[in-house]
Parts: sequence; C-alpha cells; structure tokens
Amino acid sequence: MNRIYLDHNATTSVEPTVLDAMLPYFSADFGNASSIHTFGQRARAAVETARDQVAALLNARSQEIVFTSGGTESDNHAIFGIVAATPSATKHVITSTIEHEAVLNACQALEKQGVAVTYLPVSRDGLIDLNELRQAIRPGTVLITIMHANNELGTVQPLAEVGRIAAEADVYLHTDAVQSIGKIPVDVKALQLDLLSLSGHKLHAPKGVGALFIKGGTRLRQFLFGGHHQRGFRPGTENVPGIIGLGKAAELARLSLERDASRIAAFRDKLERGLLARIPDSHANACSAPRTPNTSNLTFPGIEGEALIISLDLKGLACSTGAACSSGAVEPSHVLTAIGLPAAEARASIRFSLGRHTTEAEIHAALEIVPAAVAQLRELSPTYRKEASAHR
Amino acid sequence: MSTQLQLDSLPAVAERTPGLVAVAMSGGVDSSTVAAVLLQQGRPVVGLTMQLWNQRRLPELQGDGPAQHRCCSLDDVYDAKRVAQHLNFPHYVVNFEEQFEQRVVKPFVEQYLAGRTPIACTNCNTDVKFESLLRMARQIGAERLATGHYARIRHHERMDRYQLLRARDNSKDQSYFLWGLTQEQLSRSEFPLGELSKDEVRALARQVNLPVADKPESMELCFVPNGNYVQFIHAYSRENRMSLKDQEGDIVTEDGTVIGRHAGVHNYTIGQRKGLGFATGKPIYVVAIDREQNRVVAGDDDALRSASFEVEGVNWISIAEPASPTRAQVKIRHKHDPASATVEALPGFRARIAFDDPQRAITPGQAAVIYDDDDVVLAGGWIVNSR
Repeated sequence: MNRIYLDHNATTSVEPTVLDAMLPYFSADFGNASSIHTFGQRARAAVETARDQVAALLNARSQEIVFTSGGTESDNHAIFGIVAATPSATKHVITSTIEHEAVLNACQALEKQGVAVTYLPVSRDGLIDLNELRQAIRPGTVLITIMHANNELGTVQPLAEVGRIAAEADVYLHTDAVQSIGKIPVDVKALQLDLLSLSGHKLHAPKGVGALFIKGGTRLRQFLFGGHHQRGFRPGTENVPGIIGLGKAAELARLSLERDASRIAAFRDKLERGLLARIPDSHANACSAPRTPNTSNLTFPGIEGEALIISLDLKGLACSTGAACSSGAVEPSHVLTAIGLPAAEARASIRFSLGRHTTEAEIHAALEIVPAAVAQLRELSPTYRKEASAHR
Repeated sequence: MSTQLQLDSLPAVAERTPGLVAVAMSGGVDSSTVAAVLLQQGRPVVGLTMQLWNQRRLPELQGDGPAQHRCCSLDDVYDAKRVAQHLNFPHYVVNFEEQFEQRVVKPFVEQYLAGRTPIACTNCNTDVKFESLLRMARQIGAERLATGHYARIRHHERMDRYQLLRARDNSKDQSYFLWGLTQEQLSRSEFPLGELSKDEVRALARQVNLPVADKPESMELCFVPNGNYVQFIHAYSRENRMSLKDQEGDIVTEDGTVIGRHAGVHNYTIGQRKGLGFATGKPIYVVAIDREQNRVVAGDDDALRSASFEVEGVNWISIAEPASPTRAQVKIRHKHDPASATVEALPGFRARIAFDDPQRAITPGQAAVIYDDDDVVLAGGWIVNSR
C-alpha cells in the first residue's frame, strides 16, 4: 500500500540532499570537531558551515547559534537558563496555555521551585491578547516565553508585537519556533527575540538535533556541565552528522520556503474546503487566525478522533489528533480545550499537516478517504445519531 | 518530484477489509495467542490495546519509579506492539481511561464503601471491552472482536440465540465474568481460546515464537497496585472527595452484642476471618456487613451459611427468561464449585435462588452465575442479600 503522510507537524522525512550531505561525516570525515588534527578540522569546518546556514535562516549571527539535541532541550535550556541567571528575589515568567509540553512542563517545574508563572489564555482562534500580556508584566518578570506557531492549530502568534512589548519592558523573550521554522519566515532581529528554539526533524533534517538561538550578550545560566564545546554553552561532543544535516536543511528551507509555502497553502486550503464541503456538521478550528501554511485542524462532531485516526491509518492515510502519550494512546488536547472546544468536540478533532512533498493526487485521495471514514464512524456513533435525530 | 504518487497507486477509497477481526490485546500470552490463531486461520487482524488507567494517578500507591508489570503499564503496551510487529499486523493503543473510571473504578469503590464486595472484571467486560472497544472495532472497519477469554460462544439454531458456555478447560474458565453480555455483543465476539487448555495456548505461543510466550500470568485486579484494594480505596476516595466518614464502627455478634471495633466496612468481606481483631474459642467470620448502622456482623461457620438469596440486574444470556422455577447449577464467586439450586425469575430483572444445601459466604456485590447441567451459562445477576 502506498501510504499518504499528512502528519508533517509530528515529523518529516530527511531530505535526500540532506542525507547526502551528512553521510561522509559518519565514515570518511568522522573526526571530533574539537580535535586539533586534520580529521577534527574537517568536522569543525563543516559544523561551522552548518552554524552559518542556520544563522542565515534566522537572520542571526553564527555565534548566536548553539546546537542542541532538539526542541525540548532548547526550550529547557532557554527557560531554566534565563530564570536561573536572573538575580531577583521574586521571579515571574509569562507563557501561554497552548505551549508545547516542553515549555509547559518546564514552567510547572519552575513553579515548584517558587517561580510565579502566568499562563496567558488564548482566544477562540488560539491567539494571546496583547493587552493581557502587557498587564501580566510586573517588576519581577524575568522571561516571556510564547510559542511562534502552534503544533495543533498552526496559529501564528503576533510575535513582532510581543517582541516590542518585551523590549519596552526590558524582559527577555523566548519563542518555541519548532513549528514555524521552515514554514514561515522567521527573523530574530525583526521579532526582537532573545532566544529561539528549533528542532531539526520538523524541517527535513534528522531527529536528535536542534538549535537554540541566544542573542549576543544574553546571560544564561549554564545548563549542562562538561568540556568547553560551543563556548561552554553546550558541552558534549558535537553531533557532527546531525548538525550538518540541520545546516543543509536550513539552507534548503531558506531557498525554497516561499515557493513551498504558497504551494502547500493552496493544497491545505483545497483539503480543508473540500472536507468541510463533503462532511456535514464539520468545522475548522482557528482558521481565521494567521496560520502556518501546512496545518488544518478540523472537528467532525459525533466521532472519536482516535477511532478516525486508526480508521484512516488502516486505509493508508496518516494524520493525528491531540498529543500522543508514551503508550501511543490519545490524550485530551490542552490546546483545543484552551480555545474553548467542549471536551466532546476536542475529542472529535483531527489535524492534517502537509509537507514539502505532499502532492495534489494525495489531496484528492484524502478528499475521498476521509469523508467515507467519517461517515462510517458516524453510522455507529451513539452521539451523532442522537444529535441528528434531535434536529428532525 | 521524485516522491510524487500516482492516483491509481494511492489507497482505494474507504475500503473495508472483509472479515477483519479486532483482537483485544493486553500484552499477555492469551490475547497474543488469539492473534496468532486467527492469522493461522488466514483472517485479517487488527490489534487494539486499551489504555485504561493512568498509573501516574494516585502517586501514593506507587513505589519508587514507574509502574512495572501491571495492566496498562508501558511494558504491557510494548509487549502487545512487539507481538503485532512479530506477526506483522496493525496494532493501535486506544484510550478508554474515562469510560474505565466511570464504569468500572468508581462503581468498584462505591460498592466497597457501601459494604459490598464488587467484581470489577464483569463491569469491565460488559461496559468497556464489549461496549466501547467493540464499538470502536466496528467503527474502524472490523466486523468482530476477539479476546483471550477462556469461554465459548455458540449459536443455537432452533432458538436463534447466541449462547455463552464454559471453556473446554474448566480450570481456566472465565464465563463467570461474562454473563452480562447481550445477544448483540455475543454475536460480534469470538473467544478463540475457549476450546484450548492453557498448556496448549503456551505451546502455540512458543510454536510461533511469540515474544510473550513465557510471560507470567497477571492475577491481580489490573488497576490496583500490589493487590492492596483497601489502600486503593483510601487513595481514590480521598482524590475524589468521596465520603469515608463514619469510618470506625462496632463489630457485633448476630444478637447485637458488641465484641470489637472495626476501622471501616470496606476493610471487610463476607467470610473473612482475619482482621476481626480478637481470638475466641472457635473460629469466627464476617457473616454480614451492615452499612446502614456501620456494623460488621461476626458469627461462626454455621452463621456464614445460607441457602436462599436474591440477585438483581439479571441477564438471561443464553435462554429466554423461564416462566417457572428452573433447576440449575449456581456459582456465587469465581472460585466456588457450582451447587444445585432452584432459580425463580422475578419481575424487574431479579431472581430468587435457593440452594439445595446452604452455601458458605454468599456475598452481596459478587455475581451469582447460573449454569445448566452442561456448560451453558443461563443467566447471571448481582447478589443483593443472603437473608
């Protein structure tokens, strides 16, 4: 069976050119980038090229990029690093209710350490209110951490305005940009960011590599202790092939982002409109907010999203719902709850996320497969039949 | 683009796999072998593992570190996945935590607090496995649900009725927990192990090299760590602000003489000898639990025996409700040897059961399951009283 993959917000395939760029660094050029000899020098040169490539994608300076193991490490490093480095008696952090667990759980850990945290609510469209942000800032506020694009909805926060507010208040601003990098332009200067997290595998680089942008002059408490790799910011022998993959993927994203984005958005809109037209009583979530071009979150009342995902997978279509827990079972989405969906509707929602290689043929196939699967589920749904008969 | 797919190579629209069977997989040897048996019969299989209970809840019940080797532990989920991978069929984990709590865990705790001795497995079968899971199985295109239960289902042509029977291997029989199923549920269920002994199941599992072939059996109530249900009830009722008040009370004899104190009726079950807190000449047992007056009634072995009792929530599973009293073999707990009795159906899904000889510890909250002289389960119901 040829399978259709519409779950690019979960992960992406490694681009063949990215893989090609990485391969020599597993074998012929296997050197430790910290070694003095020629083996090491070749690895070092490649790592620094990758740093340039990532910096170029963000409009940052190369020395502001630290390679990490991925989004979660970057988020944790940024959040704990800033809070620990600030010599204030009463510390306060501002975040939102729809952050990724890497940020939310880090903030909850801070609370246990006595740090106050404000979780800004979001509108029906998944956006924070800038006035509420302004009002939340207080003398002890040391960090604002607001995600750029949301993984479940695709909504893009007004980060430039957030950046202005943070700069005026002289508070550090971190963003989890894992879901926006490679999908929409990100300019750390224009957005006035102090810290930004990104993850390789969301933009066709391998898993296990990511980066943290740390604006020059930002004081960050050391997070890991070890050798003086990456200027001590992130000790540990560099994951040279992974870093090179991330650099190459960043370069590809920089060159093709605009073209990809308009094509993917057209496919996404076609899928979204087509499904809404073919499936009665369906609606799209947060669709009037600015969104990443690839993401569509739809609710089909009367179904269990979990059953639909399984049903679609058996038919060869991969998409997702909520956040998976370690067993692979679906847990209720804190994001959909935060935008005000009742529990039953949150459970009836699924996410399609397209990618660079999504084809029109796949969209056409999805437009046939999904409505049939929803109809099949609704046939056996006790709640949908009740709803339908109540209207008669 | 190199990865461009052609329309005709894409999956066919909403195809249903004819005869697709969903297997409820716990990660144990029985349900894993079910999948192997069905595949050997050439039938398409999809595995479903239920996530029923979040082991992170009630942290006071945890020892150090994450839960191991218990229902819904990651180990079991991964075992099920390994089996599916080994035998090469699709497998999914499905989340029924909410249903499980509402239909199984909460009633279980409430029953104990009310002085009864509930069976969680029956509710889980009737209200979760053969309800929510079966529905999901059908929604994803499966026609039937197969489980690793040791019991048998047959279709009685003349009555046009599905019947539940004991397993061929009586020592493993689980029909005691399945009497609540409806005709609709039975018609869509399969118990492929019903004709096999446990040894045969293990042998089959080894034959196909199942990674769980030698996994030990789990006997405990799946959501109660260490089998300590009193501890669980305390933790759960505290978490859910359920009333544990009037905890302490009197232990009395049948004539009302106070002979001791108890620390909550949920600590006791009928027939229990331990925990009465004192020694007398001859052994005494809990013979009744009086929740109203918060008393535990103790008595000797004779007082523990009774012949006649009523059941409620009766389901005549394999036959129509009989119009006149029926002779049957009745089993009043999982490990009870069925005894001869006369069963009389009463209005409102009740029945009166009279044993020929008094039986020990007829316990409210447990099920009475009514068999014919063969292996057919005629009915089952919840024991309400024994006096």
